[in-house]
Amino acid sequence: MTTYDLTRTPLREVNQALHAPGLSGEIVIAGPQGAHSVAVGLDAPVKVTIQGHCGYYAAGMNKQAEVTIEGNAGTGVAENMMSGVVHVTGSASQSAGATGRGGLLVIGGDAGARCGISMKGIDIVVGGDTGHMTAFMAQAGRLVVRGDAGDALGDSIYETRIYLRGTARSLGADCVEKEMRPEHLEELEGLLKAAGYPDDDPASYKRFGSARTLYHFHADNSY
Amino acid sequence: MTLTPDERARRGLRESATFDRTTIAAIQRAAETGIYDIRGWGAKRALPHFDDLLFLGASMSRYPLEGYRERCGTDVVLGGRNAKYPLHLDIPVTIAGMSFGALGAHAKEALGRAASAVGTSTTTGDGGMTPEERGHSKTLVYQYLPNRYGMNPDDLRRADAIEVVLGQGAKPGGGGMLLGQKVSERVAGMRTLPVGIDQRSSSRHPDWTGPDDLAIKIAELREITDGEKPIYVKVGATRTYYDTRLAVEAGADVVVVDGMQGGTAATQEVFIEHVGIPTLAAIPLAVQALQELGLHRKPDGVQLIVSGGIRNGADVAKCLALGADAVAIGTAALIALGDNDPRYDTEYARLGSAAGFYDQFQAGQDPAGITTQDEELQRNLDPEEGGRRLANFLRVLTMEAQTVARACGKAHVTHLEPEDLVAISIEAAAMAKVPLAGTSWIPGQDGGF
Ligand SMILES: Cc1cc2nc3c(=O)[nH]c(=O)nc-3n(C[C@H](O)[C@H](O)[C@H](O)COP(=O)(O)O)c2cc1C
Repeated sequence: MTTYDLTRTPLREVNQALHAPGLSGEIVIAGPQGAHSVAVGLDAPVKVTIQGHCGYYAAGMNKQAEVTIEGNAGTGVAENMMSGVVHVTGSASQSAGATGRGGLLVIGGDAGARCGISMKGIDIVVGGDTGHMTAFMAQAGRLVVRGDAGDALGDSIYETRIYLRGTARSLGADCVEKEMRPEHLEELEGLLKAAGYPDDDPASYKRFGSARTLYHFHADNSY
Repeated sequence: MTLTPDERARRGLRESATFDRTTIAAIQRAAETGIYDIRGWGAKRALPHFDDLLFLGASMSRYPLEGYRERCGTDVVLGGRNAKYPLHLDIPVTIAGMSFGALGAHAKEALGRAASAVGTSTTTGDGGMTPEERGHSKTLVYQYLPNRYGMNPDDLRRADAIEVVLGQGAKPGGGGMLLGQKVSERVAGMRTLPVGIDQRSSSRHPDWTGPDDLAIKIAELREITDGEKPIYVKVGATRTYYDTRLAVEAGADVVVVDGMQGGTAATQEVFIEHVGIPTLAAIPLAVQALQELGLHRKPDGVQLIVSGGIRNGADVAKCLALGADAVAIGTAALIALGDNDPRYDTEYARLGSAAGFYDQFQAGQDPAGITTQDEELQRNLDPEEGGRRLANFLRVLTMEAQTVARACGKAHVTHLEPEDLVAISIEAAAMAKVPLAGTSWIPGQDGGF
């Protein structure tokens, strides 16, 4: 196991070391003290534990790695993640998992506004509530919210499937509640299990998605 | 029915200046369809532009360089301020970002071939990076856009520079558009969208807003790429002085300013014609910001790339004289590839247009095979031949700029300066901040009015 202490080693050196070819094993990063861009751009099957709160873009663009943030995360945690797992034990600020294309992001606490904005294939599971504009323009992937969602859930959503246990303050443009069919219950069960919530009853969730009325510009003629 | 001006005069027909025929047609179109007009190309209205500037060639008080014998350099280095590997380009003319999606794969390949042949860079666009494009481009700038379609860290690392796009001159404050006809299976796959939808994309980045956030975003991009690549920031020309200052303070190595004449693949007409400021007005504002920061044309400075309506070597030379380090071309590059070629007259007529007027880049039916995803139409563009034509055009732009620079006594095109220029209209003099020809008057300066 390798340990870095960000109160002593500059972030640049730590990230450079994490980009070393053939990286493997377990890595601990102590003392993040809210630093931005901690453990970004990883592309190796490693386990990284960050012991404390992070600033913006923690584990941004992650590939393969399993990153645990023991604390809260700032704006854009795991933004554009490709694969792997990012787990925030506390809460996350705005735009968590923004534009993510793969992998799993788990947020133990709450997530701020625009969680899952423009998500493109990532799976996100939020233990608590999410803020306004959750899953704004979400294109693909699945988003699970175990608590409530703020205003305009799923505004202008494309093909992302949203599973919500609590209530949404309001639904955004083109976002509608959809029927929970057996395949959805099964999918949700798998997501909850993967995120560490195996005891949740999938049947207590509702599904939301796109009404697909915004997919085409409407002209009063055929062109 | 088209009447000649003579016939109209004989019949006593007078066209309204306010409600001219274009305006009348626009009202009729809106009433018929209930949707705003979306088109390609750039602003079509007349604007103060580079044609309103002239060079003062050398004579008695300055001496020229010999046209074909004395060296006049054209190379530029971009992004040396922070990047480990700045770009070294042989010519100061680059290819602007145009998306795969807006353009077909043949067109993107042709752009890459041309840029590589003459030692300059080309740029990706809204839809991500294609292997063809990377393969055919020696130097490729990767756009980082609000919608992040196709965005992935591997392509980021494969790029030679990264361009964070805040806006485009044709639509500052607007997001991308790609109509269903062009959202083919491949385009949709790259963008993670359903096939055939009218794609409307975001106008703000999803995970940052404002200059303080941008600084953190740029730092993240540097961390991910280990500080290797220059980071550009592209803005549509509006509050250009402040945008330039803020971009530089946020860490940009290169600032790209795109004037309102800049081309687009698909934007609302109202946006194209009514939002933004002319390229001519934007350049001095960006230069002023860089000068005040002590970073203009300095070895570790920030470079300025200007685009929007650049058509010939004189335009290139005028941009450089006003303080740009390089320029970017979009529309002119497409024309060089074959866009609006009279040999497609019949096809243009069938589409209700004509060579010289065709701007329906959004429709995906381009007879020249450039702004389309249709396999059949794309056969009309041979990427090698297109690449050869565009390389020729880029060479001409460079030789023309050199011709002017030598005439002004400069051993390098970037030695051109505002002092070499005069304006022939008061508007251009005020915007470009060069004197009206035959006077020492720069409107708005030194207490002038
Ligand atoms: C067909 C087409 C597609 C474009 N796509 C993009 C794009 O994806 N991203 C972007 O920043 N600018 C895009 N632009 C704008 C160009 O990058 C550039 O700013 C503009 O074309 C410069 O003006 P010019 O066309 O007068 O040379 C596009 C322009 C055209 C003509």
